[in-house]
Amino acid sequence: MINIDAHNHVKGKSIYLDDIQELQGTLYALPFDATVAHAKIVSINLESALNAHGIETILTAKDIPGENQIGGIIPDEPLFADGEVHFRGQVIALIIGKSEHHCRQAAKLIKVVYEELPIITDAREAQAKNKLIMPPRSFTLGNTSEVWSTCDYVFEGKTEVNGQEHLYIETQGAYARPKEDGSIIISSSTQGPTAVQRMVARVLGIPMHKIEIDTVRLGGGFGGKEDQATPWAVMVALASQLLHKPVKMAMHRMDDMRMTGKRHPYSADFKIGLTKDLKIIAYEVTHYQNAGAAADLSPAVMERTLFHSTNAYYIPNVLAKAYSCKTNLPPNTAFRGFGGPQGKFVIEAAIVKAAESLGINPAVIQKANLVVDGNELSYGQILQQTEAHHTWDECMNSFQYNLQKERVETFNATNSRFKKGLAVQPICFGISFTNTMMNHARALVHIYHDGSVVVSTGAVEMGQGVNTKLLQIATETFGIKPSSVRIESTNTLRVANTSPTAASAGADLNGKALQMACNALLDRLKAVANQDFENATIAINDEVIYANDLKTEVTWHQLVTKAFTQRVALSENSHYATPTIHYDKTKEKGHPFAYHVYGTAIIEVTLDCLKGVYNFDSVNIVHDFGKSMNATIDNGQIEGGLVQGIGWMTLEEIIYNDQGRLVSNALSTYKVPDIYSVPKQINIKHLDTAGHELAINKSKAVGEPPLMYGLGAYFAIRNAVKAFNPNVDLAVNAPYTPEKVLMDLYKKA
Amino acid sequence: MIEFILNNRLIQTDNLASTTLLDFIRYDENLRGTKIGCREGDCGACTILIGGMQNGKLDYMSATSCLTPLPNVNGKHVVTVEGLNLTDRLNQAQQAMVDCSGTQCGFCTPGFINSMCGYALTTVEPSLESAVSAIDGNICRCTGYKSIERASAILTEKLLEKDHSQPLDWLINNNFIPSYFSKIEERLAVLKSDYTSNEGVPIGGGTDLYVQKHDELHDMNLNYLFDKKHLNGITFEGKRCVIKSEVTVSDLITNSILLEAIPNWYNYLKLVSSTPIRNIGTIAGNLANASPIGDFTIILLAMKATITLTNKANENRKLPLKDFYLGYKTLDKSNDEIISEISFELPSTNSQFNFEKVCKRQYLDIASVNTACTIETNGENITDADFSIGGVGPIPKYLEKTSAFLIHKKMEPSSILQAEQILQTELAPISDARGTSDYKRLLARQLFFSHFITLFPETIKMEDLI
Repeated sequence: MINIDAHNHVKGKSIYLDDIQELQGTLYALPFDATVAHAKIVSINLESALNAHGIETILTAKDIPGENQIGGIIPDEPLFADGEVHFRGQVIALIIGKSEHHCRQAAKLIKVVYEELPIITDAREAQAKNKLIMPPRSFTLGNTSEVWSTCDYVFEGKTEVNGQEHLYIETQGAYARPKEDGSIIISSSTQGPTAVQRMVARVLGIPMHKIEIDTVRLGGGFGGKEDQATPWAVMVALASQLLHKPVKMAMHRMDDMRMTGKRHPYSADFKIGLTKDLKIIAYEVTHYQNAGAAADLSPAVMERTLFHSTNAYYIPNVLAKAYSCKTNLPPNTAFRGFGGPQGKFVIEAAIVKAAESLGINPAVIQKANLVVDGNELSYGQILQQTEAHHTWDECMNSFQYNLQKERVETFNATNSRFKKGLAVQPICFGISFTNTMMNHARALVHIYHDGSVVVSTGAVEMGQGVNTKLLQIATETFGIKPSSVRIESTNTLRVANTSPTAASAGADLNGKALQMACNALLDRLKAVANQDFENATIAINDEVIYANDLKTEVTWHQLVTKAFTQRVALSENSHYATPTIHYDKTKEKGHPFAYHVYGTAIIEVTLDCLKGVYNFDSVNIVHDFGKSMNATIDNGQIEGGLVQGIGWMTLEEIIYNDQGRLVSNALSTYKVPDIYSVPKQINIKHLDTAGHELAINKSKAVGEPPLMYGLGAYFAIRNAVKAFNPNVDLAVNAPYTPEKVLMDLYKKA
Repeated sequence: MIEFILNNRLIQTDNLASTTLLDFIRYDENLRGTKIGCREGDCGACTILIGGMQNGKLDYMSATSCLTPLPNVNGKHVVTVEGLNLTDRLNQAQQAMVDCSGTQCGFCTPGFINSMCGYALTTVEPSLESAVSAIDGNICRCTGYKSIERASAILTEKLLEKDHSQPLDWLINNNFIPSYFSKIEERLAVLKSDYTSNEGVPIGGGTDLYVQKHDELHDMNLNYLFDKKHLNGITFEGKRCVIKSEVTVSDLITNSILLEAIPNWYNYLKLVSSTPIRNIGTIAGNLANASPIGDFTIILLAMKATITLTNKANENRKLPLKDFYLGYKTLDKSNDEIISEISFELPSTNSQFNFEKVCKRQYLDIASVNTACTIETNGENITDADFSIGGVGPIPKYLEKTSAFLIHKKMEPSSILQAEQILQTELAPISDARGTSDYKRLLARQLFFSHFITLFPETIKMEDLI
């Protein structure tokens, strides 16, 4: 099934936050932010700004009726800076006026006097000064210190990987309208409506039942609207509540880029030990996560870095440690992969270091250590239904890796200016929120007595196609036409206490809940049908009732009407909580993931060694979808995730100067892939597997895993650089921009 | 009063002239299909089509509405996604995008649809390459573009049948565009097409000023030059090419004489921004914005271009382009003057031109370093040389010393290696978002070498230089 939104999208009829028809008298809100990265606020002078034309009011911390606090995991983040600022872009005040233009003119009149404090932008520096978001955590398996002496080879190294700007094309925004009795409705471009509701309640000092959050769809999220859609929604809610007027914010791109956090940069130290037959028997890694100035989701992101520190490899002795380091940058946040990609990057770099030192192809080490059923990971989960070897072997065979490798070697031997690089990238990614309590969802289904159906769940549509999958579940369970089902907006009045749409788990959790609700309704309808067809097995197909596989005269509509007249409940609310998962943080052991997703990619790049620029020739992927319930949508996730991963590893370079100022602050200075920077060929092959019971319809989660194929882009380029300049020691520092490539090509040994 | 046709409707507005077309479309006309992504022409979510009479014929082009002030569409036909919708079915571009799943979150999609329909309207030789080129200004963060590429291939396939004698009728009959397009030409003919302004800061396509000074422009007096007839046109006086100031990069990339006279002309200009920006970005704007890295400035410096400045009294002053730049963003130009004309000699039979540009992203990006050269040889020796370089100092630089050194030198690696030493003395790069100063120096060397490796592949090999 094609994405159900596609028709409206191409006609420009889909409604995003900034497309909601404004009520008369709607005011515009503009956040006013700090221009220094760390300082005491000596004074804020709003006087002339308040008198500016078209300005309604300007709000600061002192105007907050409830708590000035929006920290989700740790309460360490004020909505408005109070007394101190901790990063450039931190919001100090909210200007409310007749238009964005009026607010911008007024912003120039606000005067803030700062007393500057020392600035830290580097994670290791923060760690050395004990500026941590939370105490460090360690995952341990076996005992690394006892086995180093038994290793035949031991290698150590350091890696750096930069952050990544989400660059959802729709910027952050929210629109609040007052309702009666002090309640409020807020349209928010958020992945987490409940998170918004909770923080509005906290800041406004009112109960959650007075706050309705409604989300139709997002123009891209990628994790950037999981927690960081919240402050803007809280701000317009605050203004609307205090002024009793509708207040809207749709952020300017440069404000969005400057004020919001990104994927976390990480620095890491590794030590890897192998035996003569290339089995990795020991691995130690220390991750330094650059969290920015507040916790945001950093503790959870750091946790996933630890979970994925050994990627798709079985290593019997592991010591993985991570520090979440507090710096004077905007709080970094969720981004597709959620710390997992950063964890995997280090082990891949460690394997490459070992392979280069031993003069062998890294793929030999990768393959020798892929996980198999029964392997225990560092956090105690015993793997079952592993597909690492299957995807690897299938990828090697289907895409004729050996021939490709020969071709690349021949090319490099006969070309001096252009060099090709090849890399293999296996992935293994755990599905579930690592915080076990978040793995639940609800679905509310109404069958109206005309037979039409409306579905509400906690899932937020952001382009990933979750609404299409939900529609498939409802239509397939009921046996009715897609036109009879409507997937409604995500709304906290209809579905409460939701987890954000994140962790690739939106379709699994909400889809399972929906399936339960539909089945419960279906059972009631079948019972009604059995009044006419006694003891028959009832089925519904294309809106016609079948009794014992025989077509009847009864339609879906008639059956529903009959049930209605008999006062049968035609609404159902179901709750699903993922079984089998658990985790004990005190021991750092458990079974946090419902299942894992596997895959292998082969990436080929051609490098112009004169200019340092490169093009990707091909990416060939064998991916473990389980039984894909929508191959069109799932393939789209693979292509999109891959290209986003390649972007992170190549062009996308976030630059903060030492004063904590974002230098790459616009689309002119922060480059995401355009149509010419994607691989010429992307081939995706589905691994034929049984799927997993905990995946919706055995169709495995697909949102985040493919991003990690992009890691191979880094190592493919490195191999091409090595082919031109073989005898130098190269740092591992992603992204591998044309600048770093050229510098490495001409680096002297 | 500004008058234009928006989709199927006549607009007559007294709105502030500096209002962007994007804001007007979305908030005055409540057409919310056109999206705001960046307001600096870098994402293409706000792409619309502008149709106007060119040489007696209705021509369409894509443009970024975020950078287009209202007077620039006076007397024109403006098309948004709503104006491309057919009543009872999808148009061909929309259908191809749906069939190929070229839309995920959908926010960039209307911009893509406009670019694709613009391609359908303008293409004379459909090919996948030109179809992709038409969407080179549209950024999508979800799909990874492959599905959009497949949609472009389907669209191209259908356009191979296009009847170029009656293109509009054919496109209407084949469900590419709605039928009201057939009446646009006669409706435009009755519009009062002149919008007069002659006071204030001169503005052309708006592609730089609306990026740099969006807020200030709102309340500024602007002198809208984009559509002034006397400032438009490319002419040739013998070997001399004369470009009026409001000529766009697209005018130049499609000029048949330039395409013939300068091999690779198309490929060089394809490196300059993106299709919708090239459609509205003017040559004088590129020169007057004085960016040390302006692509066209670098190209014209190596062509020894001359510019003509005209003041309010209509007095002309000519000067070599290289003398126009006095310091960072400082020009030899009074407030009273505008650039009215640029001229340069086409390369002679013995001379060759080359342009090199490297940035993070190969297309739709600002260069880390860009450089151009014209080299004349008599077979063995260099008889004339003009080199320019951008991104390595406060101004777009004509390389006086390097160029002078090379004249009368033998075309051999040692000359180039010596010249490169001189080149380095003419550079003063700083570290910024486009690279460290060390990188820019190395890149300048590489691109300097690349000029020779590219133009003289028989004599100069990379291995001889590096």
